[in-house]
Amino acid sequence: MSTNVQLDIFEGPLDLLLHLIKKNEVSISDIPIAAITEQYLATLELMQSLNLDVAGEFLVMAATLLHIKSRALLPVSEGETDEDEEGGDPREELARRLLEYQRFKDAASELSQRDVLKRDVFVRQAPSTENPAPADYRELSVFELLTALRRVLERLPKDEFHEVTLERITVREKMTLVLERLRIAGRITFDSLFADARTRMDVIVTFLATLELVKIRAIRIFQDAPGAPITIDAAVGLEQASGVIADEQIKEEWDER
Amino acid sequence: MNGEGLRSIVESLLFVAEGPLTLHRLAEVIDGAAKSDITAALDQIGADLEANQRGVRLVEVAGGYQLRTPKENAEWVKKFLGGRPARMGRATLETLAIIAYRQPVTKAEIEAIRGVDVDGVVDTLTERNLIRAVGRKDVPGRPFLFGTTAEFLQLFNLKDLSELPTLKESDQITLPEPAGEGVLAESAEDER
Repeated sequence: MSTNVQLDIFEGPLDLLLHLIKKNEVSISDIPIAAITEQYLATLELMQSLNLDVAGEFLVMAATLLHIKSRALLPVSEGETDEDEEGGDPREELARRLLEYQRFKDAASELSQRDVLKRDVFVRQAPSTENPAPADYRELSVFELLTALRRVLERLPKDEFHEVTLERITVREKMTLVLERLRIAGRITFDSLFADARTRMDVIVTFLATLELVKIRAIRIFQDAPGAPITIDAAVGLEQASGVIADEQIKEEWDER
Repeated sequence: MNGEGLRSIVESLLFVAEGPLTLHRLAEVIDGAAKSDITAALDQIGADLEANQRGVRLVEVAGGYQLRTPKENAEWVKKFLGGRPARMGRATLETLAIIAYRQPVTKAEIEAIRGVDVDGVVDTLTERNLIRAVGRKDVPGRPFLFGTTAEFLQLFNLKDLSELPTLKESDQITLPEPAGEGVLAESAEDER
């Protein structure tokens, strides 16, 4: 943002004023308003000539300063003083704000002088987990997955008059196919998994394979934000995942005996 | 369990704890020991670490106890960990200071003190979990009131909010007699 550039120099109009007051070695409670206003406006001009965006707050303060200056220049008669909306020294309110701001500037500098965590002092690091999930992702609930599945099923052609061949794709085979696709693409959307599914059986086998892969922690199912496309990526190295599937296979074969 | 045994247990728990460990939690886990004995053990551990200039020190922070590295080793720890911590800009620090001292406080109240818009800074501080909305002010618009979190105390090595350095009393605002010739003369002079 353009304002940040300018904020790096002076945090705001009060900051600039404090700087000028310090530079002129004058007291906050007795600001030589004409001189300070002049310098304030000159600084704004300089900032503008450097193409820095001068935030509205700086201009508001400029107006305030000019107002105070004009009031100070006006001859004051007894009668008019009473009518005056603020009364008293017009600089008083400004001085009060500057002192208040100065207090917190001091407090901020005292805070930064403390033993700041991860700068001056450190604590034991929390153990990091392997392959941490991308920070901006949110994990999906089973219900959200089921809703997505229903959407896929609804997209299938309604009438299947000629369903003659019964291709037997096992869940295990499908798991390998999904991993193969991840190997090529790195990351795929949930919907693209079903892009060439023709039958309910196709869809359901693919879905079960996906769940199975989540269960053995080979893949992760995520979403960037609620409503965003559901995304799948590998949670561990693909070699490792293939190994797990192979192991599962052996176990099943044993079970079948 | 004797004193040494208790001290050893407390030190182990301090070592494995993820954040500041409260006396309450320690007493809950070490159910055979009286709180006063645990406090004594803590004091002893802290004093030992300090006296022997050890590489970790016991610090009371955010209502609990935590092992932290001493400041004089910061250079080495930083080198080892690599990377650099997010530096806190002046705007962030000033806003945080205002919230810390004035909490619960609204954005408008912070803006009145700083003289600039604080939306972005307040969002950043909220994301960093250093402040949080603690309620709403009962004025038109019902704006959020913000306060600091335990993370804030941890970041600045503070035991609790009362440990915040006291705000310097603002200088007495002594102004010359209102209006009159004084101001006029001075202004004219400044104008040159």
